[in-house]
Amino acid sequence: MHVTFSDDELAFRDEVRSFFRDDMPAGIAEKQRLSVPLDREDYVRFQKALFEKGWAGYNWPVEYGGTGWTIAQKYIFGTEMADANAPVIIPFGLGMVGPVVYTFGNEAQKQRFLPDILESNVWWCQGYSEPGSGSDLASLKTRAELAGDHYVVNGTKTWTTLGQHADWIFCLVRTNTDVARRQEGISFLLIDMHTPGVTVTPIITIEGDHEINEVHFADVQVPVENLIGEEGKGWTYGKVLLQHERTGTAGVARSNYRLKNLRAQAARSVRGAAPLANDRNFMRKLAATEVELKALEFTELRTLAAVASGKAPGPESSILKLRGTELQQATDELYVEAAGYYALPYVPDQYVLDFPDENRVGEGAETTNSLRYFNFRKASIYGGSNEIQKNIIAKHVLGL
Amino acid sequence: MLADSVEKFIANDYDFESRQKIAGSEHGYSSTVWQTFADLGWTAVPFSEADGGFDGGPLELMVMMQQFGRGLVVEPYLANIVLAGGILRRVGSEAQKANWLQPLIAGELQAALAFVEPQSRYDIANIETTAEPAGDGWVISGQKGIVLNGGHAGLLIVPARTSGASTSPDGITLFAVDGAVDGVRKQPYQTVDAHQAAEIRLENVQVDAGAVLGEIDAGHAVLEDVIDEATLAVCAEAVGIMQIMTDKTVEYSKNRVQFGVPIGSFQALQHRMVDMLTACEQSYSLLIWASMANADRTDEARRSISALKYQIGTAGKKVGQEAVQLHGGMGVSWDTDIAHYFKRLTAIGQMFGNADWHLDKLAA
Repeated sequence: MHVTFSDDELAFRDEVRSFFRDDMPAGIAEKQRLSVPLDREDYVRFQKALFEKGWAGYNWPVEYGGTGWTIAQKYIFGTEMADANAPVIIPFGLGMVGPVVYTFGNEAQKQRFLPDILESNVWWCQGYSEPGSGSDLASLKTRAELAGDHYVVNGTKTWTTLGQHADWIFCLVRTNTDVARRQEGISFLLIDMHTPGVTVTPIITIEGDHEINEVHFADVQVPVENLIGEEGKGWTYGKVLLQHERTGTAGVARSNYRLKNLRAQAARSVRGAAPLANDRNFMRKLAATEVELKALEFTELRTLAAVASGKAPGPESSILKLRGTELQQATDELYVEAAGYYALPYVPDQYVLDFPDENRVGEGAETTNSLRYFNFRKASIYGGSNEIQKNIIAKHVLGL
Repeated sequence: MLADSVEKFIANDYDFESRQKIAGSEHGYSSTVWQTFADLGWTAVPFSEADGGFDGGPLELMVMMQQFGRGLVVEPYLANIVLAGGILRRVGSEAQKANWLQPLIAGELQAALAFVEPQSRYDIANIETTAEPAGDGWVISGQKGIVLNGGHAGLLIVPARTSGASTSPDGITLFAVDGAVDGVRKQPYQTVDAHQAAEIRLENVQVDAGAVLGEIDAGHAVLEDVIDEATLAVCAEAVGIMQIMTDKTVEYSKNRVQFGVPIGSFQALQHRMVDMLTACEQSYSLLIWASMANADRTDEARRSISALKYQIGTAGKKVGQEAVQLHGGMGVSWDTDIAHYFKRLTAIGQMFGNADWHLDKLAA
C-alpha cells in the first residue's frame, strides 16, 4: 500500500500522525501508555477531540458531516490511530447507528440524531442479542406493540456492551408475530435509555470486568417517530449494520500494532530474562501470524475498494470478521506465551496512574496479557459468531 | 477408594458456588477445607509410612488431582504437598521433617517452594538468588517470582546459588526459610485462576546451618524431580478439567436451542465435540503412561512428563477454547463455570514449561 501513496496522502498521514501524537486530550495518552482503563468521560473527550478536528465521521459521507475520505485516507487514519495506541472509537454511535440513520432514517431523524452522534453528546449501545436469541438472531422475542402514537416495548436484550454508560439504545424488536418468515416481523427502534421501565443489570465477564449488560424493558413507551424506516424492515437495516460491524471488527491495524510491539519486545530483555527473539519456536509463530495478517490487510483493502466503488459491504465482510478475530486471538495467545509465568498474576489495581514502579508485578503491562486473551475470546462469538460467518460464506459466497 | 472419597467431597461440599465463594474470599482458600483435607489424610498421601504418610505414588497423585481439577479446587495442595512437601520428603533430615513436614501433613503449616525468579522463565537452573556463608549459617539475597502460596507460607523453601554461574545446574542449594523472618518482603496477590501467589524479595536473610535441605550445591537434581512431579500433578488436574469441560459442552449443546433445534444437532459442531473428546482421551492416555512410568525416575519417566505437558499445552488449549466458543456468550461470563475452567487450564499451560519448552526437550 505504501508505494501507492501520493504526496497529498503522505501529507495527510503526517497530519494524522501529529494529531494523535500532539493533540490528544490531557491524560489519555498517559493512561493508554500505562494500560490504565479509560472511563466514559475519557472516551467522550477523545471522540469530541476527533469531532473538533472534523474527523469524527471518519466513515461518513460529507453531506452528513462526515469526512468523505477515500479508502487510502481511511486506511491511513486507522493505521495511524492504532500505531499511536489511541483509544478505540466506541462503534455503536459513529460506526453503527449513525450509518443506519443516514441511510434509512427520515429527514427529521437525521436532524435529530446525527449531530449528537458526531459530537459524542449521546452514548449509544446495541440491542440485538437476547438470552434465547444469539446465533439465531431472527428468533428474537422483545416485543414492540403499537398503541396510538407510541410502541410499548417488553423484553430483554443481552451482551449489551457498555450499556451502563448509554443514553440511547438501538434495538431490533418484534412488531409482528404473524409473518411467514420470522425476519419479516422485526423492526429497528431507537429507545431512550432514560425512559421509565428500562433497567440495566451488569454481566461480569470472564476476566472480572464490567463491560457488558442485560437491558430489560418493562412496558417501555417509545414514540413511533423513533422507528427507523418501515415497520417490519428492521432485519434488512440491521443486517447492513452488522456488515459494517463485521468490517470494523477485523481490527487489522490494531493487530498490526500489537504484533509490531511484540516483535520489539522480543528483541530486548524483559525482567532480566534472555530476549524471546532467541526462541525460534516463538518467533516462527509470530512470523506466521504476521503473514496471515498482511494477507488480511489486503483483503480488507480490496473490500474497502469495492465499497468505494459504490457497493455495500457484502458477504465477504464475513471473511474479514472471521479471519480478523482469529488473528486478534492468535496475537493475544502470543502475548500470553511471551509473559511466561507472568501471565498468572491478577493485579488489576496496579493499572492506575502514579502506581509506584517498585511495587509493580511483572514488567509494563504484561500481567494484563492473559486478561485480554480471556476477554477477547468474545471476538469469535460477537457480531455473529464465527460459525455464523461460515454459514453466511457457505450460503451466499459458495452458493451451497 | 481415594478417588471416590475426593469425588464425593467435591460433589457434596465443593460445588461451583461454594468454590466461587472461597476463591473470592480475602484469604483466597478455605482453612476449614484445608483442615478437612488433612483430617481425611489427603495431605499425607505421597509421604512414606515412616513420615506418617500413605506411601502414595504418581497414580494416587493422578487420581486426586484429576478430581481437584473437576472441582476447580483452590486449596494449595500443589504448593504445600507436591512442591514443598516433595522437597522435604526427599531430602529433609529427621529434625527438619519433625519441624516442618509433620505440621505440613497435619494442616498446621503452610509452605511454598520459590523456584521461579523474574528472569528465569522455565529454566529451574536459572537462579540468581545468592546464599553466602556467614558464621555458622548463610545470608540469602535475591528475588523470587510467582511463588505459589507464597503469601500464606510460614515456610519458604528457597533455592539459592551457593556456587557456579547464574544458569548452571551445579551450585544450587535449597534452604528452609521462615516466611516471617526479617528481610523477607512478600507481595501477595491472586492469580488469574484464583490461586494465590506472591513476589518475594529476600534482603540479607540470615539462616542457620540447619536450614540447608539436602546437600550443598546439589539442589538442582532434587528440584528437577519435584518439578516433574508437580508437572504430572497439574497435568492430571488439566485432564480432569478437559474431561468435565467436554462433558459440560456436550450437555449444553443438547439443551441450547437455536434455529428451532438443539445446537448439538449441527454436524459442524458435533465434529468439533468429537475432536474435543479425542483430545481428552489422548491426554488421559499420556497421563496414565506418565503416571506409570514415573514409579521410577528413568529417562523414560522424564520424557513422559515432557510428552504429557506438551499434550496438555496444545490439546488443553484446544479443548478450553472450543468449550468457551460452543458456550457462546455464556462461555465468557464470570457466572459460568466454563470460564473458570478455561482460566485454570490456561494457567496450567503457562506453568512448569509451556508446550514448546517440552517439545524442545523431546526433540533434543
